[in-house]
Amino acid sequence: MKITIPELSLVVLIGPSGCGKSSFARAHFKPTEVLSSDFCRGLVSDDENAQAATNDAFDVLHYIARKRLASGRLAVVDATNVQPESRKPLVELAREFHVLPVAIVLNIPEKICHERNQNRPDRQFGPHVVRNQSQQLRRSIRGLEREGFRHVFVLSSPQEVAAVEITRQPLWNNLKHEHGPFDIIGDVHGCYEELTTLLAQLGYGIQDEPNGPKAIPPDGRTAVFVGDLVDRGPRIPEVLRLVMRMVDEGTAFCVPGNHDMKLMRKMKGRDVQLTHGLADSIAQLDRETPEFKKQVVTFLDDLVSHYVFDDGKLVVAHAGMKEEMQGRGSGKVRDFALYGETTGETDEYGLPVRYNWAAEYRGKAMVVYGHTPVAEPEWLNRTINIDTGCVFGGKLTALRYPERELISVPALRTYYESAKPFLAPTDAAPALSAQQQQDDLLDIEDVLGKRLIHTRLHRNITIREENATTALEVMSRFAANPKWLIYLPPTMSPCATSKRADLLEHPEEAFAYYFHEGVHKVVCEQKHMGSRAVVVICRDTDTARKRFGILEPEIGVCYTRTGRRFFNDLSLECQLLERVRSAVERAGIWESLKTDWVCLDCELMPWSAKAQELLRQQYATTGAAARAALPAAIAALRNAQQIPEAASLLESYIQRGEAAERYVDAYRQYCWTVNSLADLKLAPFHFLASEGAVHTSKDHIWHMETLAGICKADPELLLATPFQVVDLTNADDQAKGIQWWEELTARGGEGMVVKPLEFIAKGAKGLAQPAVKVRGREYLRIIYGPEYTLPQNLSRLKSRGLGAKRSLALSRKQITEQFLASDLHTSRNWPLIFG
Amino acid sequence: MLLTITTTHQPATDLGYLLHKNPSKVHSFELSFGKAHLFYPEATPERCTAALLLDVDPVGLVRGKRGQHDGGTLDQYVNDRPYVLSSFLSVAMGRTLGTAMTGRSKGRQELADQAIPLVANLAVVSSRGGEGLIRELFEPLGYTVTTEHHPLDEKFPEWGDGPYYAVKLEGTVRLKDLLNHLYVLVPVLDAEKHYWIGKDEVEKLLRKGQGWLVSHPHKEAIVRRYLPRQRQLAREALARLTEEDNPDPDAAEEAHAEEEIKVEEPIRLWQQRMGAVVAVLRSVGAKRVADLGCGEGKLLRALLDETSLAEIVGMDVSYRSLEIASQRLKLDRMPAKQKERLRLIHGSLMYRDKRLGGYDAATVVEVIEHLDPPRLAAFERVLFESARPKTVVVTTPNAEYNVKFDTLPAGQFRHKDHRFEWTREQFQAWSGRMAERFGYTVRFLPVGEEDSQVGAPTQMGVFDRA
Repeated sequence: MKITIPELSLVVLIGPSGCGKSSFARAHFKPTEVLSSDFCRGLVSDDENAQAATNDAFDVLHYIARKRLASGRLAVVDATNVQPESRKPLVELAREFHVLPVAIVLNIPEKICHERNQNRPDRQFGPHVVRNQSQQLRRSIRGLEREGFRHVFVLSSPQEVAAVEITRQPLWNNLKHEHGPFDIIGDVHGCYEELTTLLAQLGYGIQDEPNGPKAIPPDGRTAVFVGDLVDRGPRIPEVLRLVMRMVDEGTAFCVPGNHDMKLMRKMKGRDVQLTHGLADSIAQLDRETPEFKKQVVTFLDDLVSHYVFDDGKLVVAHAGMKEEMQGRGSGKVRDFALYGETTGETDEYGLPVRYNWAAEYRGKAMVVYGHTPVAEPEWLNRTINIDTGCVFGGKLTALRYPERELISVPALRTYYESAKPFLAPTDAAPALSAQQQQDDLLDIEDVLGKRLIHTRLHRNITIREENATTALEVMSRFAANPKWLIYLPPTMSPCATSKRADLLEHPEEAFAYYFHEGVHKVVCEQKHMGSRAVVVICRDTDTARKRFGILEPEIGVCYTRTGRRFFNDLSLECQLLERVRSAVERAGIWESLKTDWVCLDCELMPWSAKAQELLRQQYATTGAAARAALPAAIAALRNAQQIPEAASLLESYIQRGEAAERYVDAYRQYCWTVNSLADLKLAPFHFLASEGAVHTSKDHIWHMETLAGICKADPELLLATPFQVVDLTNADDQAKGIQWWEELTARGGEGMVVKPLEFIAKGAKGLAQPAVKVRGREYLRIIYGPEYTLPQNLSRLKSRGLGAKRSLALSRKQITEQFLASDLHTSRNWPLIFG
Repeated sequence: MLLTITTTHQPATDLGYLLHKNPSKVHSFELSFGKAHLFYPEATPERCTAALLLDVDPVGLVRGKRGQHDGGTLDQYVNDRPYVLSSFLSVAMGRTLGTAMTGRSKGRQELADQAIPLVANLAVVSSRGGEGLIRELFEPLGYTVTTEHHPLDEKFPEWGDGPYYAVKLEGTVRLKDLLNHLYVLVPVLDAEKHYWIGKDEVEKLLRKGQGWLVSHPHKEAIVRRYLPRQRQLAREALARLTEEDNPDPDAAEEAHAEEEIKVEEPIRLWQQRMGAVVAVLRSVGAKRVADLGCGEGKLLRALLDETSLAEIVGMDVSYRSLEIASQRLKLDRMPAKQKERLRLIHGSLMYRDKRLGGYDAATVVEVIEHLDPPRLAAFERVLFESARPKTVVVTTPNAEYNVKFDTLPAGQFRHKDHRFEWTREQFQAWSGRMAERFGYTVRFLPVGEEDSQVGAPTQMGVFDRA
């Protein structure tokens, strides 16, 4: 016997003890798919036959079944299931997860079952047990479909059981193998002229043939209709004829809309009220042949509730589709696809209030839908409604996938009056987009707990729960408005430790690292010693509102690497932002990059501007203590230097005294008093993003030169970063790079940052470090302490572990760029956070 | 890092006998944090100086010992610890001068028992309490104190003065006493201990403080600073000290009661606030209450006493605060029935949170003033639109009342973390907008003693869902 079951279903085996359920399950299903009540009894009680443990065992079984179904995996319940009350929770479970319950009944003669049990030492119960179970089973068989099993298979002999072959059938809605590209078209409602115009604009050739119009798609493209082809509009039969032909010829897919289904029910003779434009469809179709009408009914009847395309990346359904229902089949799924969900309330126009499923949508698949007319299609959490109310005088819209491009043609006229005005009055445009309004209020579930972030660049990154916890606190209490925080800069790893005896870091190691990662050219940028600052600047407050959803009169923000506002003094921030804005403007960036905002990664100097507390509490104090204590020690030792041990101690203390002086010199380089903006310097070194573009595809020379152009417009405030390009395959070039570093650090500079010329460089094993820093000998006193250069210290410091730092640097880089990119695609759900 | 002790008691070189260290050698000791060297920069019959030089190894302290995984004692390479006299000095003294500190001397016991002229020079001590603290600690013990303040960085006078002093103590005392004074009081000055403070620290303190600590006028401060961040231990040590000190417990009782009244004065307002909130919750008959921004759980404790409340949830953004709340409420030892009523959750008022739905009442006590004004918008929707409890109780300082606080400079907020403080008009305007926008009615109640001009110190808005 051939048994066909849906690939995602809850299979319930039914049969008395000894009928061979477990063997059957073993023969046809993976061990992990089978949930056996005996096994669960064992799990909770150490005894597979402990009847007293039955309730607990089923709790466990149902729990596991839920987890499997929730994640879209088939589950087989191996238990007697002979009583209706034991089957009922299983049917409910299947319904809850929108999968079909399948019953496979092993109706084996009682005698055989009993014999089998007799042969098992652990099943020494009387024949009455199997007898009762068989009776219950026989009473059940006829009612199984009524109980809700969509497929029932009854096997009545061991021979039949042995002959079974099971095939798993993909669901109708599973078109994951169809990769498009697609042109997804909104609610047509009989607007034939607008439809053909739109198809023509999309590049479809429309030909009139004797048996009706034909649409020939441009190369490899397929149309997808979101449903509601009929009702209200002027040329319903023509729309149907065209779409039916396209579907028939494989140039289009179509999902049903609620109007389509209602029309079908009416045409099948059901009692349906002729409201909401159904009368138009009936009247227009009455002029058609009975044969055509029959075709229409068949066509509509065959439509599948929704489709999942392109490896699960795209879902099309008339009224949308929640994540947990995607790719599932049940009455509820179909209802959701057709009508969405309502809250049970009605609005002032007497229409049901729709439950805003898209606001809570966190699925990975893009969901394209229609059903509710909107003035403009708007993205919200990777969903988009493209019903722009053509029949109500709006427009007919298509979304090109994967391009995410929207194309619309205006309605030729208003064919039907909308009960509720959906076109927002033009003079009162909404202050914020749908996504911005939603992002106004973030959900705690999106940030708490352990999180996995899938990044475009490399791999999945886990954010540990305790980090998320800390981040929540920091973001809630101290961060700048999260709408501004489109990027948090990653940390940077130092180069490998130098082999030279007196140095901790040297360019050789950085060059060698990239060379061995397969990088041909690197750029060396002077490292500024200040504080990291991200600057987002908009052309005006209007842009800030439109693009970032900022309602305060701000044109930008300057924030630290942890997302806090850089300045406590807001007027100082305002002045700085205005100067940067003006420099960006004078450099012609608005025009050359066709943008009205920019995001720059910068260093803001002096170090003491932001780090003053740190300087006072740690750096200056260490220096002050050292410079007070060491001379006293030296003086005491000098008086005892006639003792040889004291003399050698004296020598080492003199060295320490010098080190302390050099340490103080080192930090002083990066400190000056800030009284006004004139004392600040801002050195941008990454041009991160502007409208529609994350500039990670451009190399560092582009970044340096573009930024230099901006800096030139205001050299008093802005500092262009000196840089050099080094060809790693050329020894002379490398030597020049090293010499440059020596010059920089000899002048007391912090050192340099070495980056692959390409912004994102794939190395020998995955991503290469985006940058490594090579810091000068004197500067490193600030990191490793005044006396780190003493041989006994340096030798120990040379064994430093860089692995953790590097891995952190890489994963942060990926996350930040991922967020920056997704933000530009306006499908941002959460502010990015780090612990 | 350097301590010198000089005597002019002749023959001065007898100092070597008292210290049990030969003046003609450098005595070096390996210690867990580095090395200590004891040597004599001068040793003449007229004048003899012993120097204890500490070589604190900062790299070793950050890295920890080889094979030790939890890292070291310090977390920063850039650190003043190698240069200042701190608890490291006490450890080094214990190791190098242990016998001298007990007052025993082989061959010169009489001298050890005798008060002799001694000068101690402490090259650098860190005193966050300034020069005053140095004097307070040493002068009552009979020393003449001379200090020299080291600048933090002479190039940047605007950074202020650093905490570093060179200190000279002169007095005629027994060497043993000087050593014990230094052993206890140097870490007290510094108020930062390099090692974990355990119970034996109390014993150590009592032992080294024997005979002088009990009569020191600042003994409370000394004990508290010697046992930093360990209030329990400090209390225990103080109790044991006073036991020795004060044979009349009744007198102590009276003194404490008086102190308590003083302390209570500022506390009374928060108690009144708790009372007012509870009164409102009673009046609306709330059964399930969420305290949003519960902090360390002051209100939760009061709510637990309300038996009519079946479910209490405390939420705060600070995980640390929740831990403290859990400790203070003794959550882990609470009887099951009681514990069932209370739940602490970590969350933020900036985020919509399903866990907050369906409560009869939410209390937001002294919380909103900690939110940045631009982010109030999110808070408003989280509270009134998403959580949407039947009743909302919001309290916040009344800025007008600030003029009544003598200690508060004009224009300053009551708390450093306050992002704003509203006048009554501002609060009522905001509340009115909230009520209208989200379908609530609002009434206002003063909390604390009301002044005819500036109102009550705390203002309270009670929102009822219409």
